[in-house]
Amino acid sequence: MKKYTWRTGVLEVGTILVAVLFLIPIYILVNLSFKAPGDQSSTFALPQEPTFQNYIDAWAQGGLGNALINSAIVTGAIVLFTVIFAAAAAYPLSRLGARWSKLTYLVFLAGLLLPAQLALLPLYQTVRDLGLLGTLAGVIIVGVGASMPFSIFLYAGFMRALPAEYEEAAALDGAHAFRTFWSVVFPLVRPITGTIIILTAVANWNDFLTPLLYLSGSNQKTITVAIYGFVGQYGAQWNLIFAGIIISILPILIAYFFLQKYIVQGFAGGLKG
Amino acid sequence: MAIATAVRLNQAPRKRRRYRGFASSVWWFVLPALALYVFAVVYPSIRGSLFAFTDWDGVTPNPSWVGLDQFARILTDPNAVVAVRNTLLIAFAVTVIQNAIGLLIALAVNSHIKSRNVLRVIIFAPVVITSIAVGFLWQNLYSPGGGINQMLEAIGLGALQQNWLGDPDIAIWSIIFVVFWQFVGYSMVIFLAGLQGIPEEVLEAAAIDGAGPIRRFWSVVRPLLAPAITINVMLSLIGGLKLFDQVFVMTAGGPGGATNTISTLIYSNAFSLGRFGYAAALAVVLSIFVAVASIIQYRLLALQER
Repeated sequence: MKKYTWRTGVLEVGTILVAVLFLIPIYILVNLSFKAPGDQSSTFALPQEPTFQNYIDAWAQGGLGNALINSAIVTGAIVLFTVIFAAAAAYPLSRLGARWSKLTYLVFLAGLLLPAQLALLPLYQTVRDLGLLGTLAGVIIVGVGASMPFSIFLYAGFMRALPAEYEEAAALDGAHAFRTFWSVVFPLVRPITGTIIILTAVANWNDFLTPLLYLSGSNQKTITVAIYGFVGQYGAQWNLIFAGIIISILPILIAYFFLQKYIVQGFAGGLKG
Repeated sequence: MAIATAVRLNQAPRKRRRYRGFASSVWWFVLPALALYVFAVVYPSIRGSLFAFTDWDGVTPNPSWVGLDQFARILTDPNAVVAVRNTLLIAFAVTVIQNAIGLLIALAVNSHIKSRNVLRVIIFAPVVITSIAVGFLWQNLYSPGGGINQMLEAIGLGALQQNWLGDPDIAIWSIIFVVFWQFVGYSMVIFLAGLQGIPEEVLEAAAIDGAGPIRRFWSVVRPLLAPAITINVMLSLIGGLKLFDQVFVMTAGGPGGATNTISTLIYSNAFSLGRFGYAAALAVVLSIFVAVASIIQYRLLALQER
């Protein structure tokens, strides 16, 4: 361990200052959400009479409870299917040297380059023709399909670095491919599974365009679509809007504070792969 | 069928001995992933590319083939020219600013300062906030009587007050700053992961050999950090090229189309104006940008990683 010199102290103060600058927008977000509508004081001044009323009103008027449940269902389902399908697909793609597996892997990788905007219009039509418009199932199917390239890319990289001896031992013991995958390989790739869960969850909880397209006009809304509609409806009532925004980001922020130490670890694992 | 045949042809005897029945039974592991991916990405992307050569309005059953007309239209549409310029500017500026500052912050919070863990959590927090919430928050901060102008007034820089999102010359930079604020933590975490993979002994050895901090960074840290740099540049470049949510929320492309990106222009042409063919052509242009950017940066950084 190095000594704490005066230079370290200067660095510390400087970095804290940067972090404080970063926090100013968050401070204003929280501050305004506790101000009564009549409070005309500066954005930075603390509320004259702090109130929870904005939160109560936003919750009651924004349909946020239902939207949070929908977001949880959509995010949970996408994460679950993404992990299972991507891990299963990455296993043979990283282990077989066959022509079809190399080609399939390249097809998946190509998806990293294709912007969602290219698929937007035709996919919208297909989802509509299948009668999935306005359903959570439509958003889930689209979300799982879209998250395959990145997840398979991460899984395959990690699996390639795993020694094959464990699987060979399992195979010698008579385990079939599925058994080997489920009991040997899947537990071994747990670190990268953690990373994929976090990244997929954040991306899909925060996704706006997909649910906007497939759910707008229906009663089913995710939290991002609900907040967008809420702001449109309550125009300049920023106190109310900010309370609604805080309600919408609180679940993911809480999850983040509990899981944050795994995020850096996960990225470190991803870099090696 | 074709896949099954290919598997049988590729069954090397050696492989079969090591993994009993492995090659012949695992192709269906790939099927669910492949089916969903083809449904959600491959098939619609191919169809989207084909729409770009038609005059389809989203309603007519049989759109007619117009060749490259839609692409020619992009060149003569002032809105599209501005959107292309903005998209490239955002991607480039965000990549440079976000990675430069992200690296500096990563170096700081990787040092022995006491508050490093708290600072990491704070700087990364905006990443997990949904982009539309970030957009609305900053729309308020940037408003003429909003937080940014109040702050400038308070510290005696009232002369610098601006109509941050209403002035066509400034609005695009206001958006770039928001994207930087939101995602610099993402770059930081990836750099941090890379930095933590560098053994302390290597740096100490360099210090003993007489290398100063800058020399140590350039000759030891930078090459070892190359994979993190590759991933960071790729993510911010592609993210910048596709930027949609923040612009859609903060300015909706305004004032007067000055902050349109290719993505917002695709959305408005497709879903407000009913110009599906034109929107598809814009999407093809965006795809080409993303592909070219990826190839160039991959080449450049592959050189560096050697």
